[in-house]
Parts: sequence; structure tokens; C-alpha cells
Amino acid sequence: MADLTTDFLGIKSPNPFWLASAPPTDKEYNVRRAFDAGWGGVVWKTLGAEGPPVVNVNGPRYGAIWGADRRLLGLNNIELITDRPLQTNLEEIARVKADYPDRAMIVSLMVPCDEESWKAILPRVAETGADGIELNFGCPHGMSERGMGAAVGQVPEYVEMVTRWCKMYYDKPVIVKLTPNIADIRGPARAAKNGGADAVSLINTINSITGVNLDSMSPEPMIDGRGTHGGYCGPAVKPIALNMVAEIARDAETLGLPISGIGGVTTWRDAAEFISLGAGNVQVCTAAMTYGFKIVQEMISGLSQWMDEKGYTSVEQVVGRAVPNVTDWQYLNLNHVTKARIDQDLCIKCGRCYAACEDTSHQAISMSPDRVFEVMDDECVACNLCVNVCPVEDCITMEVLQPGAMDERTGSVVEDTYANWTTHPNNPSAKAAE
Amino acid sequence: MLYFGAAAWPVCGVRMRVAQARPWPLHGFKAGLAGCRKHCVVDFSAQEMSICRVTVGGVVLAVIAARANSFAENHYFPIACFGGRPPVQGAVSRKRVFQKFYHLVRDADLCSTIQSSQRESAMTTPQRSDGVQPGRLEPSTLDQNFRDAYPPYDAHEAVVAADRCYFCHDAPCITACPTEIDIPLFIRQIATGTPDAAARTILDQNILGGMCARVCPTETLCEQACVREAAEGKPVEIGQLQRYATDTLMAKDIHPFKRAAPTGKTVAVVGAGPAGLACAHRLALHGHDVVIFEARAKGGGLNEFGIAAYKSTDDFAQRELNWLLQIGGIEIRYDQRLGQQTSLQALRDAYDAVFLGMGLTGVNALGLAGEETGHAEDAVDFIAELRQAQELGALPIGRRVVVIGGGMTAIDAGVQAKLLGAEEVSIVYRRGQDAMSASRHEQEHAQRKGVRLICNAAPVGIEGNGTLTGVTFAYTEMQGGKLVTTEDRFTLPADQVFKAIGQTLAGVPDGLALDGRKIAVSETGATSIKGVWAGGDCAAGGDDLTVTAVAEGRDAAEDMHRSLMG
Ligand SMILES: Cc1cc2nc3c(=O)[nH]c(=O)nc-3n(C[C@H](O)[C@H](O)[C@H](O)COP(=O)(O)OP(=O)(O)OC[C@H]3O[C@@H](n4cnc5c(N)ncnc54)[C@H](O)[C@@H]3O)c2cc1C
Ligand SMILES: Cc1cc2nc3c(=O)[nH]c(=O)nc-3n(C[C@H](O)[C@H](O)[C@H](O)COP(=O)(O)O)c2cc1C
Ligand code: SF4
Repeated sequence: MADLTTDFLGIKSPNPFWLASAPPTDKEYNVRRAFDAGWGGVVWKTLGAEGPPVVNVNGPRYGAIWGADRRLLGLNNIELITDRPLQTNLEEIARVKADYPDRAMIVSLMVPCDEESWKAILPRVAETGADGIELNFGCPHGMSERGMGAAVGQVPEYVEMVTRWCKMYYDKPVIVKLTPNIADIRGPARAAKNGGADAVSLINTINSITGVNLDSMSPEPMIDGRGTHGGYCGPAVKPIALNMVAEIARDAETLGLPISGIGGVTTWRDAAEFISLGAGNVQVCTAAMTYGFKIVQEMISGLSQWMDEKGYTSVEQVVGRAVPNVTDWQYLNLNHVTKARIDQDLCIKCGRCYAACEDTSHQAISMSPDRVFEVMDDECVACNLCVNVCPVEDCITMEVLQPGAMDERTGSVVEDTYANWTTHPNNPSAKAAE
Repeated sequence: MLYFGAAAWPVCGVRMRVAQARPWPLHGFKAGLAGCRKHCVVDFSAQEMSICRVTVGGVVLAVIAARANSFAENHYFPIACFGGRPPVQGAVSRKRVFQKFYHLVRDADLCSTIQSSQRESAMTTPQRSDGVQPGRLEPSTLDQNFRDAYPPYDAHEAVVAADRCYFCHDAPCITACPTEIDIPLFIRQIATGTPDAAARTILDQNILGGMCARVCPTETLCEQACVREAAEGKPVEIGQLQRYATDTLMAKDIHPFKRAAPTGKTVAVVGAGPAGLACAHRLALHGHDVVIFEARAKGGGLNEFGIAAYKSTDDFAQRELNWLLQIGGIEIRYDQRLGQQTSLQALRDAYDAVFLGMGLTGVNALGLAGEETGHAEDAVDFIAELRQAQELGALPIGRRVVVIGGGMTAIDAGVQAKLLGAEEVSIVYRRGQDAMSASRHEQEHAQRKGVRLICNAAPVGIEGNGTLTGVTFAYTEMQGGKLVTTEDRFTLPADQVFKAIGQTLAGVPDGLALDGRKIAVSETGATSIKGVWAGGDCAAGGDDLTVTAVAEGRDAAEDMHRSLMG
């Protein structure tokens, strides 16, 4: 069993699996049970300023989309930050941290965007003995209409300003949680760094409507006939989150800024992917909400088995391993030529590859009267669509043409050299290769 | 499910009745087949081996197209199915075809055997000669009959099957498993591509998880408790998934456990069956040294000598035993019978603790005249002989076989007699079908194989002078809560009779308190003698199952450990 101990900003936890700030971390009862189940750390459900707590809706908070067997693929919520009194939360945090000193305890915060509000809450959080804070600049509904959450996260100047206040009035690590509801995630990440953030965490939820009730003509989730956009999370958002994490990990201006990866982590493999793209740990919400706290056991056993197989002895060794391979389109090797190959032994003759290629791609698959499907190399542009629509795993694969081979589509010989768009003759602003 | 009356079984004409009475229903494969399995023919021999037809009484039920080099590692695709949806959809592997069509294939053999034996009218085939004789079937047929009853899943099939698990909270399947394996967790580990971790989850609780995956009556244990069994009548295939995980790990010859530091204590374990082995492994894990005293020349207990051959193929019991011993610290001394080569007192004197896991070596008697003359054999002996046979064709079997009993042993003896080539096999049980201790699944398995089940009849006489000719039964009734025989009698012709009316504890060491006919034990297996524990079939309480023996052996070991270290 590989050692999964993680050191994130000097905060140690027995494994890199933290629960994200959300209902699973809403109260002492949950968090104790989560720690007992094996979670490495938690980010407590976001606390607001002193005063009457926020009010949640009293109808459905969640909407969802499912696979055919009702596997939950995406979850949408319109919940706000904690609706329990601040003092209660703080007392609980202190108690739990004292009883679980080896687990990470981060407190998520969202108070109005003025220095006084932050100055007021930070010492009280410090008193709990928690290991750090996370600034919730991400909540996309309800709170943003009040000038908090995503309303802050979408304006880099605010992100920087609030982060700076926090660094001024709080001496433990400050993590800035980013909203994905923005055109370029690097802006707020850079702002957080400039403000002195110790790390960023992402993503928070994505603005969404999960569906429309076609009888009542209201969006889902629906409350008394009406609905609003909510935050989307769960397996469906992982690709979006992975990209945003990678963008920050490879941005020169935020290079080396620690990242806590969030968004759709459901299995050990998802976690390994986030970590390889630069996350120092991961946070989980929907998977725990779907399957319960126990899933962390699979995450732990899976990650450590995979690390053993690969010979990694610490999570640290995996962090960012895939980042150097993330690049811009213009740097992809245009001399890398592949062709689709259909394994006739595996082919079940459904014809989906044919439909896809014939109707929507490059008419590069032939179909014989007895349903034999074959790729025509002189037409195949290697788009991979047939591979993706084929129902049989490994039946269609991409074969790499070796240098010297003829690409029948272009009539040219595959070259041994790397060449990309920046030097391509069709590029008006091409630079001559040096 | 619709079944023919037992008496109608060997009559081939029945298929016409079925065909007429029951047009192949939608999805009807399963339901329809219950009625017609016996007469389904799967023709894998068509030209180029690329088309496989499933026919019933000449009616083509399904055509399966098979691609490429015969039936090696190919995919099959049902392209047509008359009168219903093909029973499998999409690409399926060879194994899947075999699974789906398994019974068809098997019963095809049966059916063609029946038909050809009818055709060959007067000619005496080995199957039709009277008496107890070897070589009733061709070696190739025997091979086919005794191959893996439920072929293992490949990686893709396992992931698809695992995907059906809902990862229930406080899952009922865990409670239903006598060893309380964390089933949802191991299935999720399969689903997420880590079968080795899944195996570890299984083996943590049940060191014979590999054998249990093959022999557990899952239909009355975990799979019965599965919420999808209740909801859809189609449980998650826990047994198959457990086999996939444990086989994957064992194929890599990984033993994922390390012994704790030596404790200096030594423990004697009597019997190398599931209870003794589970106990020994757990003790060794805790750092104790273990010596197993085994009466036979081979270990494994009933895993090696009792379990039906088609459940434990390829010498699995011995492979698993050797794998288990990799933990170290366990020595097995063979040919050491408690009561002969050693005694409980001697073991207590020489060891820090003793575990008794000697199973049930005695057998109940029918109490009928003629029984003593060797006409009625013990089913367990027949099965043990079969399990140890180098060549199945050399094993003599009767033309007409009668098995008396209603448990797993009766079913296994009956089915294996049939698979060896007995023409007629009847299992006769004295109570009603519901009272049979063999599960409904096992009963149906026997019926599919062409074994007759006759209930509510008790043997009253063994017929024949010198050579056995039959057994006479009286129908039974319940009168005032008691089972009594009536005057209504019938005689089944037979050249071989097997008794499977229960095993008993034999050779209990003196001084051990009994509970009924078994050794009295506490929750954790402690007997009435200090320093002596017992578990498995020889101990009171719990079902007589492999998995129960494992649980009891393991729990006793934990208690012994506490007591040795405390
Ligand atoms: C025909 C048959 C089929 C079965 N099929 C199934 C099945 O499909 N699924 C299932 O779950 N269960 C099945 N069972 C039951 C299952 O096999 C037993 O419950 C299980 O093996 C009990 O384990 P055990 O360790 O207590 O005893 P055993 O397996 O009987 O092992 C006892 C061991 O102790 C040795 N021994 C006996 N006496 C002495 C002595 N005096 N000194 C030293 N050693 C001794 C024996 O040689 C043997 O190795 C079947 C049983 C039979 C008979
Ligand atoms: C019901 C619900 C409530 C949430 N509340 C908060 C919150 O109070 N503060 C916060 O920072 N994020 C909140 N989130 C966002 C999660 O912390 C997390 O960023 C998001 O769900 C993506 O992760 P996932 O795909 O693992 O669920 C909430 C999410 C859900 C589903
Ligand atoms: S999950 Fe609990 S709180 Fe939510 S709707 Fe169901 S019962 Fe009510």
C-alpha cells in the first residue's frame, strides 16, 4: 500500500481526499462520521457573517440528470451557504478539530465584500484551531445576487482585494475557491496569487438548468411552478474542471501555485487525473452525496494500488506529471498521422461507425452487402469519431503511420520531424523554422 | 417457470406439446426454455463454424453469427431469434454465449443422447446396458459434462455486471453473507478497475473467498438479499464477481497478507477443511505457529472430496490450499487422525490451544434390510471417489440410479451420476419439495440435467437377491405433525442406490459437551473444555456450508488469539 499522506500548504492529511464545502460538511455529526469513514480532511460548509442566518428554499434544492440505469451523472443545486448560526458552527469546528488532529480542517467563508466583515470573522475562525480557510468566491446562485460568491469571483480585482484582507487578518493558509462561470479561469487565479493566496481550489458549481418540466413549463428543479439556475456538479463537470485546473497549472503567472482539484471526482482514477494535472489534493462533494461517505475506501485502495503499480511512493510524485503534456493547439504535431483500424474479429456489424463517418464525417468507411465495414485510408482524416461511437471496446483503434509510410489521403510520405501550425505554410503568420 | 412433471421427463414427444402450448414468448427465451430446455439443440457445427442455430424440436429459435476463427476468442452476435427477442444483445464473448446458451448446449447433448439412443433401437449402447459399469459416455462428452458449470467472467463482463450494483448503504447482502464480506465495496473496486483491491476486500473477511465464489448457494445468501433481486428478480451477480476478483489476484500468485511478529505460541488444528484452514490462516496472520492434523493424505476437506466436480474445476481446491499456505507458519501433518495417531489430551498437552474442525465423517443409515449387503452406497463416498478419479470414464455407474435424500449431497450425487452417463436418475425425498435443504436453484439444476425429483416418499425395502434390482418406496403423509408412511407404494428399478440422508459427527473426543449431535460451542467457538475451540460442520449452530465453516474457523481464531495474548 503506497503512502497517501499528503502535505498541502503544510496541512497534513492521511490521504488527499477531502470533502468539499457542501452539505456533507455542514455539521459536527456529518464531519465526525466522515472522518471515521476515512476522509483525509474537510472544508466546512461555507459560513456567513454574524447575524440572522441565510434562509434556504423549502422545496427541492436539487435537480439531476441520469444515465439509463439511473446512475447519477450530474447534480444541480440551489442551496445557499450554511443556514445554521455562526457560533454553533465555530464551536463544532473547534470540537471536531480537537478530536481529529490528524485530519485537515478548513473553514469556508463568505461574508460581504468589505474589509470590516472579513476583519470581524477571521479571528473567530482562528480561535477554532482550524488549519486554514477557503474563500468561497464561487457560489453561483442566491449569494451572488447579494454581491458575494460568484459576484466576487468573476471580478479579479475583488478577488485580489479580499484575499489580501484575509492574508492581513489571518495567519494560516488561505485558499481561494474559484468559480467556473467565467470566460478565462486564469484571471481570477492570477488575482488570487497576487493577493497572496496560498492556493486556489476549483471548480465550484456551474450555472445550469437540468431540464424543463414540459407539463408545467418550468425549469428543474422547480419550486411551486418556477425554477432558477442552480450550480451543476458531479461526474458531468469533470472535463470542465480538469481543463481549468490544467490551465492554471501551466500558466506562467501562476506557476507553482498549489491547487486543490474539485469537480466530479467519483473514483480513485478521477482523483489521479486531477493530481496529475497539478492538483495537490482533491475535494469531493457529489460522489459522497450520491453514495455516502464509504466511497472514500475505494478511492484510497484504488489510488494506492495504482501508485504501487506505477512505482510512485508519494502523492507528491504524481502532482503535475501530466502538465508538461498540456499544450496549445498550435503546438500539436501536424506530422503525426494516424488511421482508423477496424478489428474484423471484434466487429459486430452494427454499422454505427459507418453512419457516423458517412453522414457526419469524411465518408471514409465502406460497407459491403454482407455488412463488412472497412476504413478507406485515402479518405480517413483520423478524426476518432468512429472510435468514440463504436459500442465494442477496442474494436476500432487508431494506428500510427510510421515515418516513411505513405498517407494515402494526402499522397505524401509521413515525415520523421515534428512540425506544427506555427511553421505551417498555410499559416499567414508562420515563422520560418529555425 | 414451467416444468414438465417428473414422469414426463424422458419422453421426447413432449417437445411438441410444449411448442404448441407455448408459442415462444417475448423475452421468452428464459421462460420458454424452462419448459423446453431439454429438447433444445444448439448446433455449433454448421458450415465454417460461423453460424450457430438454436433449435427446439426442429423450430429455429435463434441464429447466432460468429465471427472469425471458429470459436476461439471471438464475439458472437445474435442476428435473429424467431418468436422473441434474442436472449443476448450486442456483442458477446464466447463465454457469454456459453453462459446464455449453456443449458441449451448441455441439454442438447442430453437430448441428442436420448434421440440417438432411441434411434439405435435394439443395439445395446454402453448407456443402455444394465448394472454398474464404467465408460458409459465418450471421454469428450464426459469432459463437456464436467467442465466449469458457470464459466468465469472476463474483465469486460465483470465491469458491466459490477455496474449494476447500487452501493447500498448498510447493504443487506453483507448481512446475508456468513463471513460478512463488504460486497458493495469490492464490487465498486471491480467497477473502478482494481480487481486486486476487490480481492483483498473479500479475502480480509473470507480467506477461501475463491472457493466460496464457486460453491456458495448465493441464491439463498447474498444474492437473495440483493435489493435488485427484490426489485427485478435479477440480483447483482455477486458470486461471479467475487470469482472474477479472487481469480484475478490468484492468477498473479499474489498472497496479500503478511504475518505479524511471532508470538511464540503454537496451536493445533484438527482437520484441513474450510473451518480448519480459515482458523489456521487467521492464527498464522496473528503470528502464531500452527500445526494441522489431517486424517486424510490430502487437504481441503470437502472442498477436495465433496463439492461437485463442475463447481471446482482444474484442481482448484489444491491450488487454493497452496495459495493459502503462502502466509507461512502453517504445517500440515497428513494421515494424522485424532483418536488414532493422536488424541485431544496429547494435543492439549503439547500446544497452547486446540481447534477442532473435523467436519462430519459418519453417515446416517437407512435401517433397511439389504443395506448392509453393500447395495446402498454412501453418496459422499461416491462423490469423493469421483472427485479423486483420474479418469471419469473408468468410474462405474448404474444404468438406473436412485438417490435417497433431499440435501446438497443428494443433488450432487444425482446430477453427477447423470453426467457420468446413468440413463435414469431419481432423487427420492421423504418430505415435500419445500422442505428439501438443497436450494430451489440446486433442485432446478438437477431437473435441467434430467434428474427426477420425487418427493413425499420414503424407502421401505431394497429389492433383489444378490444383485440389486430396485427400491420400494411408500408415500408419506403428515399426521398430527408427524411424518408417517402410507400403504401407497411403488418400486423404482435400480442398479445402484446412494444414501444421502445426512452426515454425522463421529469420533468425538471424550469430555466434550454436545449440543444435540454436534459439539457445543459458544458464539466464538469455545467448547466446554478450556483451551479447545471448534467450528465448521462438527460444531453446533450454523448451516453446514463452506462459507459458514470459514466464518466459524476465522472467528474462533480471533477468540483464541485474544485468549492466547490476554
Ligand atoms: C457432497 C457435498 C456437497 C456439498 N456442496 C456444498 C456446496 O456446494 N456449497 C457449500 O457451501 N457447501 C457444500 N457442502 C457442505 C460443505 O462442504 C461443508 O459444510 C464444509 O466443507 C464444512 O467444512 P469443515 O471444515 O467443517 O469440514 P470438512 O470439509 O468436512 O473438513 C474436515 C476435515 O477434517 C478431517 N478430519 C475428519 N476427522 C478427523 C480426525 N479425527 N482427525 C483429523 N482430521 C480429521 C477431514 O479429513 C477433513 O479434511 C457440501 C457437502 C457435501 C457432503
Ligand atoms: C448542495 C451543494 C451545496 C454546496 N454548497 C457549497 C458551499 O456552501 N460552499 C462552497 O464553496 N461550495 C459549495 N458547493 C460546491 C461544492 O463544494 C463543489 O465545489 C462542487 O459541488 C463540485 O464538486 P463535485 O462535483 O464533487 O460535487 C455545494 C455543492 C452542492 C452540491
Ligand atoms: S434526502 Fe432527506 S431531507 Fe432530503 S428530501 Fe429526502 S428525506 Fe428529505
